[in-house]
Amino acid sequence: MKITYDWLKDHLKISAKEEKLLEKLTDIGLEVESIENLFEGLDLFKIAKIVKTEKHPNADRLKVCEVDVGNKKIKKVVCGAANAREGLLTVYAPPGAIIPKNKTKLVVAKIRDVTSYGMLCSESELNLSNESEGIIELTSSKYAKNIGKSYFSKPSSNLIDLSITPNRPDCLGVRGIARDLSAAGFGNLKTDKEKKIKSNKKQTLKVKIIKEKSQGCLSFGSCLITNVKNTESPQWLKDKLISIGQKPISAIVDITNYVMIDINRPLHAYDADKIEKGIIVRNTKSGEEFTALDNKNYKLNEGMCVISDNKGVLGLGGIIGGTRSGTELDTKNVLLESAYFDPRSIRKTAKKLNIDTDAKFRFERGIDQLSIENGLNKAAFLIKEICGGEISKIDIQKIGSYKKKILKFDPNIFERITGFKISVKEMINILEKLGFETKIEKKIIKLLVPSWRPDIVQEIDIVEELVRISGYRKIKIENPIKERSKNTLNPTQKLFHFLQRAVASKGYLETITWSFTDTKYNDHFKESNKEIKIVNPISSELGVLRNSIFSNLVMYMSKNLDRGIKDLSIFEIGPTFYGSRPGEQNTVVCGLSAGKKSRLSWVEKERNVDVFDIKRDVVQTLVEAGYNSEKFYLDDASPNYFHPGKSGRIFLNKGKDKVAAYFGEIHPNIIKTLDIKTDSLVGFEIFLDNLRLPKKPIKDQKTKYFVSEFQKSERDFAFIVDKNVNVQELVSVISGIDKNLISNIKVFDVYEGENIPKNQKSIAISVTIQSLEKTLTDNDLEKINNLIIETVENKTGAKIRS
Amino acid sequence: MSEIKNIRDQFISKLENDLSIDQINEIKTELFGKNGLISSKFKTIGSIPDTDRKKFASDLNQAKDELQNLITSKINELEGKKINEKLEKEKVDITLPERPFVRGKVHPVSQTIDEISSIFSEIGFSVEEGPDVENEYYNFTALNTPDNHPARDMHDTFYLDENKEFLLRTHTSPVQIRTMLKDKPPFKIIAPGRTYRSDSDQTHSPMFHQVEGLHIDTNINMGHLKGCLNYFIKEFFEVEKIKMRFRPSHFPFTEPSAEVDIGYEIKDGKIIIGEGDKWLEILGCGMVHPNVLKNVKVDPSKYQGYAFGIGIDRLAMLKYGINDLRAFFDCDYRWLNHFGFDPLDVPSNYRGLSR
Repeated sequence: MKITYDWLKDHLKISAKEEKLLEKLTDIGLEVESIENLFEGLDLFKIAKIVKTEKHPNADRLKVCEVDVGNKKIKKVVCGAANAREGLLTVYAPPGAIIPKNKTKLVVAKIRDVTSYGMLCSESELNLSNESEGIIELTSSKYAKNIGKSYFSKPSSNLIDLSITPNRPDCLGVRGIARDLSAAGFGNLKTDKEKKIKSNKKQTLKVKIIKEKSQGCLSFGSCLITNVKNTESPQWLKDKLISIGQKPISAIVDITNYVMIDINRPLHAYDADKIEKGIIVRNTKSGEEFTALDNKNYKLNEGMCVISDNKGVLGLGGIIGGTRSGTELDTKNVLLESAYFDPRSIRKTAKKLNIDTDAKFRFERGIDQLSIENGLNKAAFLIKEICGGEISKIDIQKIGSYKKKILKFDPNIFERITGFKISVKEMINILEKLGFETKIEKKIIKLLVPSWRPDIVQEIDIVEELVRISGYRKIKIENPIKERSKNTLNPTQKLFHFLQRAVASKGYLETITWSFTDTKYNDHFKESNKEIKIVNPISSELGVLRNSIFSNLVMYMSKNLDRGIKDLSIFEIGPTFYGSRPGEQNTVVCGLSAGKKSRLSWVEKERNVDVFDIKRDVVQTLVEAGYNSEKFYLDDASPNYFHPGKSGRIFLNKGKDKVAAYFGEIHPNIIKTLDIKTDSLVGFEIFLDNLRLPKKPIKDQKTKYFVSEFQKSERDFAFIVDKNVNVQELVSVISGIDKNLISNIKVFDVYEGENIPKNQKSIAISVTIQSLEKTLTDNDLEKINNLIIETVENKTGAKIRS
Repeated sequence: MSEIKNIRDQFISKLENDLSIDQINEIKTELFGKNGLISSKFKTIGSIPDTDRKKFASDLNQAKDELQNLITSKINELEGKKINEKLEKEKVDITLPERPFVRGKVHPVSQTIDEISSIFSEIGFSVEEGPDVENEYYNFTALNTPDNHPARDMHDTFYLDENKEFLLRTHTSPVQIRTMLKDKPPFKIIAPGRTYRSDSDQTHSPMFHQVEGLHIDTNINMGHLKGCLNYFIKEFFEVEKIKMRFRPSHFPFTEPSAEVDIGYEIKDGKIIIGEGDKWLEILGCGMVHPNVLKNVKVDPSKYQGYAFGIGIDRLAMLKYGINDLRAFFDCDYRWLNHFGFDPLDVPSNYRGLSR
């Protein structure tokens, strides 16, 4: 909402400085968004006189004018206007001036080989009207004495742009803002001298509101003004509109705009002669259409509230008028509309058709239902004053009547909510200044809510008014008490934070990527999940919710590789989605590692990152998070986006849990298709929701400290097994032989090739044997040794290598 | 007598020569070997007459000790020299680079969330969460923002179905609703998380982070709200004093509502919080609207309290001098390295939020 201090002063008796005003506005919740000095630079535009014109030597339509710009200076200006002639008083813009219409800065320029120093301006170029035919003609005699003076008179106040919250339609009018200020002790609200139309002429155009289901128009006031002469607005009205950044159009339009801004009463002016017989306010039938004043043709759905006549739709009530019945400069008879439309109906229609207008903005927030007459009176008198004509009686049609809301307010609630006290007397003072009627009944304030405050419906709304006007400064700071009755984080949240830092500590940079992604990437990683489309995405590349974090991570990894880094590990912890219902999401830690280890190292041999690097990161992370790696169970049934032979799944326990993690090399086809330029790309996913939480807190997890002091013995074995026997199997067989004696098993070599039969491999294992009870004798060791060989051979088909 | 002395003198002078370890060991054997000169003398002790025996033994022992010590020290000396020579040869250029290491980092938003949680933990808030996909009821209607309410215009919403029933939450406020429906008052929670609005330009990202706060009890008023935020802002920015301004505003789910500005100035291109006369809006808050309490079956005549919503990314930008919001989600490794935090830097109460 744009206002000026000057306009406010039409309604407010005040002499304070503008600075104080700005402070007060913000203090009472009318936030000042910006302040603008519209006059800035306009002082350069001077009143000037053309003293001589000559035809341009190289262009038929151009003239070279000698212009008296004051101070006895004559400037040569090339001008294309037909009306440029000797003796004409007009407006001159020198080089350096910025033309308001297109914001371009004038420079000294050669126009067809003739140098032009500045420009003579049209009204349109100065945003004074739409008149672009010819330059301004200053006819008034006062200008002749003022050659060289500034054309624009300096406005005494700046344009103030307020951000009005949606609950305050009353402050979409200057008077409403003035009222709020006066309630807060900033000036006194002037009484509105409402002049009432006294006419014995009837409004002859019949208006009818059809009583039908969900009729959006509740009342329709109108007034006919006959024999007007629509003209340019007088200077005071033009200045008023220009001062808030609006462009004057014609007296009738300007007047309706002025009344709307002044008292937040939208009006519409029809050319009465273009209305067929009478006005019918009704809901649309399907298939109707009309051309609105924005020159767009709208196809209307069934059930929209329209103003129509016998011929069809004239306008969308409270939203936009139509071209068919608009007023023009030759309009003779004007029908003024001042109506009330239901905010919900307005919003529904405007949203459907995607129209945003000043009227719509106001009606959807709620217009004062009792301002219909006042609006007609104000506008009709102004039209008569400026355009002449005769005013008819006001006609008001309605399908219901408005009753002022009554509210009972218990003054004690104020302190309960705000923590500070104000007297009942002060409360009443504030409320009355805001337009409430008050009465105290048994310590309760009975209130009649002003018709311009649709937002006030319950006691808490009154508290808000009182605290807002008293000032939020009065709220006392109650310092918080440092005590905690509940844990800050629950076990899942603790795990989340732990994993985040555990992965970062392994050399991964944490990223945060969007929860949506590009189908192009997502398709590679969604597996059997269904695609979850966003109906209205920012762009088609961000059109679906991610089924896997890999989709984004792979894309950003690729971008980073393109930036020239070769070796990089990144991860993200966040949601992935498997459905479009609340809760159909998982929390996943996803990591990606690219390139080489020890690239260009003087001390270590460089090699590609591989599946065992990523496996270490996953296993170490899980172990650090408190899971026992001895119980982990691995298989190779990993998703298709991994290399089928170099990837796997980790379960926390064999046969019990859901999959805890995937890890492996990203499938070479994906790397190729997505054109990822790297030596190697490996990744993992840990599924938080599948990690069971420890039943006991860590303080109860520590068992009794128990170590063996007896001598331990390490024995090495080399088994030849079928290639498809995995190490996990072998180790689990050995560890199952005697849990009390076998304390550690280590795989130290895997070999295929020479001396080993085809389709077989040799696995070398070191087993640590130690008893908790005694030092083992050679005999004991021999026994367990043989048991290991025997069991492994029997259970896995392995052969000990001799 | 003189025999012992002779042996002693002879070998001491022998040992004075520049000998190798092997040569010394030979001498050692010559003296102390099975049939060594000294060893064999010990064997004769028994045959020495009683009167002389004591002195003989004493002299012999003395010579033995003397020679042995000399031999040991000679050997040690030589061995020391040998080791030093070896170490001298092993010398490396210690300015060569160490074996490679990689350093991971935690994203500034994650760090900021941990900082926020740590601060609110001190004054008794616990952390709640909610889903990213919400339905229209939790995100709007239950929060006193019915359909066709102009306030919905302030949220450009991503929808997941044509009926606009399912959406990406536009704020963390639906967590208030879920928390209050799940439990019984009092409530004292914060809810950090991802939020989404279909808005994308230099200062807006379609995804950003908010932290919701909610404190409901029988006696919580606007003074407590002011106190809580005053405490939070001071702790978060780790400054002695802050300038804070409560401004009346409007949110459908709180009443009275406020926006909070903090005072700042720009010194040498950097924002200094708590000084100067410029104001920066950092959060919205207010007393939870009675309609919201009714919607979650909490009796507004018995319970009341406040709620607030803070933009986390914005806070991180202010605290850590980050200019560009979009960069948060761009995943440029240079940016992540520059603005990220060491994983060991866990914000905590006892050692402060940051180093």
